[in-house]
Amino acid sequence: MTLNLRLRRLTREERRTLLYGLLFISPWAFGFLAFRVVPFFMSLYYSFTFYPILESPRWIGLANFRNLFTDGRFLSSLYNTAYFAFFAVPLGACFGILLAMLLNMKVKGLSVWRTIFYLPSITPVVATALVWLWMFNPRGGIINYILSLVGLRGPGWLGDPMWAKPALILMSLWGVGTAVVIYLAALQDVPRELLEASQLDGANVLQRIRYITLPMISPVILFNVITGLIGAFQYFTEVHVMTGGSGSPADSTLMMSVYLWQSAFQFFKMGYASAQAWVMFVIIVIFTAIMFRVSGRMVYYGGR
Amino acid sequence: MTSQASAVGLPQGSRHRSSSRYLLLHSVEAIGKYILLIFFSAFFILPWVWMISTSLKNPQELAVWPPIWIPNPIRWDNYAQAFAQAEFSRFFLNTLSIALPSVVGALLSNSLVAYGFARIRWPGRDAVFAIVLATMILPGFVTFIPLYVIFHRLGWINTYAPLVVPIYFASPFFIFLLRQFFMGLPAELSDAAKVDGASEFDIFWRVILPLARPALAVVALFQFIGSWNDYFGPLIYLNDKSLYTVSLGIANMRGVYGFSNYAWIMAATVMSIVPIIVLFFFVQRTFIEGIALTGLKG
Repeated sequence: MTLNLRLRRLTREERRTLLYGLLFISPWAFGFLAFRVVPFFMSLYYSFTFYPILESPRWIGLANFRNLFTDGRFLSSLYNTAYFAFFAVPLGACFGILLAMLLNMKVKGLSVWRTIFYLPSITPVVATALVWLWMFNPRGGIINYILSLVGLRGPGWLGDPMWAKPALILMSLWGVGTAVVIYLAALQDVPRELLEASQLDGANVLQRIRYITLPMISPVILFNVITGLIGAFQYFTEVHVMTGGSGSPADSTLMMSVYLWQSAFQFFKMGYASAQAWVMFVIIVIFTAIMFRVSGRMVYYGGR
Repeated sequence: MTSQASAVGLPQGSRHRSSSRYLLLHSVEAIGKYILLIFFSAFFILPWVWMISTSLKNPQELAVWPPIWIPNPIRWDNYAQAFAQAEFSRFFLNTLSIALPSVVGALLSNSLVAYGFARIRWPGRDAVFAIVLATMILPGFVTFIPLYVIFHRLGWINTYAPLVVPIYFASPFFIFLLRQFFMGLPAELSDAAKVDGASEFDIFWRVILPLARPALAVVALFQFIGSWNDYFGPLIYLNDKSLYTVSLGIANMRGVYGFSNYAWIMAATVMSIVPIIVLFFFVQRTFIEGIALTGLKG
C-alpha cells in the first residue's frame, strides 16, 4: 500500500529507470531470495527441530541449543576454531604486511618475488593439504628434517593433539599471498612526499611505519582481517582432507565447520547441525561488528 | 646528499664520515631486504620442491631418514600410473564441465546485475546495493543444509546442477568488482548512445561490455579457479565416483591408498595444479590487477 503511494509520486522517468534497474538486477534478486533468504529462515526453523534427514522436521524448541552447550565435542570445536582464528588471522596479517613492505622497497625482480608468494594462494586447497600432510609426517617429512638440521627435535605435528593446530596455522601462512598482493597495492598508494617529508623531519624507519604507512593502509588491513576472520571461522577443507573428516587426533582439529559437517552428513542430524550453523553465524556477526566498532577509532579513511 | 654537503662547504672529514655511514646503511638495507626475501621465499618454494620430489620417488624412498631430495631412479611413470589409477582424465573432464558453464553464468549474470547497480540511477538503488554487500558476510555454512534439502527435493543430488545453477544468479563479490569498473567508465558514452536511440540493453551489450573486457577477464578467471578448486560443493552434492572432480578425486585417493604410496598421490596432486599454474602464467597481469581491485574496497 505504502509502496503503491510512493510509486505514484515518482515521475515517469523515475518509474522507467526503476523498471530497468530492477530488470537488470533481477538475476541477483531471484538468487538472493532462492539461495539466501529462504534457506536462511529454513535453517533458523530447522535449528528448533529434530530432523533426521529421512523424516520431516519435528519442533523441539530450544533443545538443540541446550544440548550444544553441554556437548563436549561442540565445546572443543568452539575452542579449536577460536585457537586457530586467534593465531592464524593476526599472524597472517603481520606476515602479509611484512612481505608486502619488503616488496615495496624498490626490489629487483618484483614480479618474480610476487609470483613466488602468490602462487600458493591459487593452488587448490586439497593439493595444499595433501602436500603439507606429507611435509608434517614425523618420519619421512621435510619439516622435522629441517628442524633437525638446526638441532631441534620436531614434534609429531598432525599426530599430536598439542601440535596439530600449530601445524594448521603454519600451513595457513603459506596461503598469505592474496593478502600480500592487496597490501602491496595499498602500499604503492601511500604518497611518497609524506614519507620523504617525515624523513626530513627526522623520523626513523619504525616511526615512519608506525605513524604514516600503517595508518595509510589501515582500511585495507581492516578489510583483510575481517575477511580472514570470516574465513577462519569456516576453516574446513584442509582439516577435512588431512584428517579424513574426523578432526583427529583426539578432536584437536575438530573445527566448528567440521563438526557441523559431521552432524549433517555422518550423523544425519540436520536440526542439530542447523543449530550449530546459527551459533557460528551469530559469532561471525558479533566479531564483524566488534571489528567495525574498534576500527572506527583506528582506521584512517583519508578525506572521506 | 654528498653533493649537497660539499656545496654547503662542510669540512672534508665530516662529509666523508656522513657519506660513508649513509652508504653503509644503504648497503645493509639493500642486502638485508634480499636476505629476508630469499629466506621467506624458501618457505614458499619448499612445498613445491617437496611435492615434485615426492611425486618422482620409488615407494621405498618415501619414508627414509634423512629424506631423499633427488630420487634415483626418477620414477616418471608414477604420473602415468596415478593418471590411470585415479581415472584422472574423467576427473578433468568432469571439472571442466562444471567450471566452463560456471564461467559463462558468472559473466552473464554479474555483468547484468553490476550494470543495474552502476549505470542506471533508480530510486532505492543504494539501499539495495548495501544489502548485496551485507550478504558477503553471510557464511555459506548457515545456508547449506536447507540448500541441500531443496536440491534434494528437486532431484539434483548427484548432478552438477547445485554447483552450476546458483552461479547464474550472480554473487556479491563479482557484482562489487564489476560495479566498481562500470562506474569508472564515462557517463557520456551512455548519453551519446541514448541520443542515437539505443535502448538500455543495447548500451549494456554494445557499449559497456566491450569496454569492460579487463574486468570481465578477472571475473572469468576467479570463477574458473573457484570452480576448479572447490571441494565442499562436490563433497556434499556428488556421490558417484564417476562424477568426481579433480579435487574430490585426489582427496579420495588419499582415503583409498592412505600412506601406502604417497608418490602417486603427489603425482596426481601435481597434475591437479598444472592447469591453474599454466593459466596463471598466461594471464598473470589480469590476476594481479584483479586482486588489487578487490582490495580497493572503500
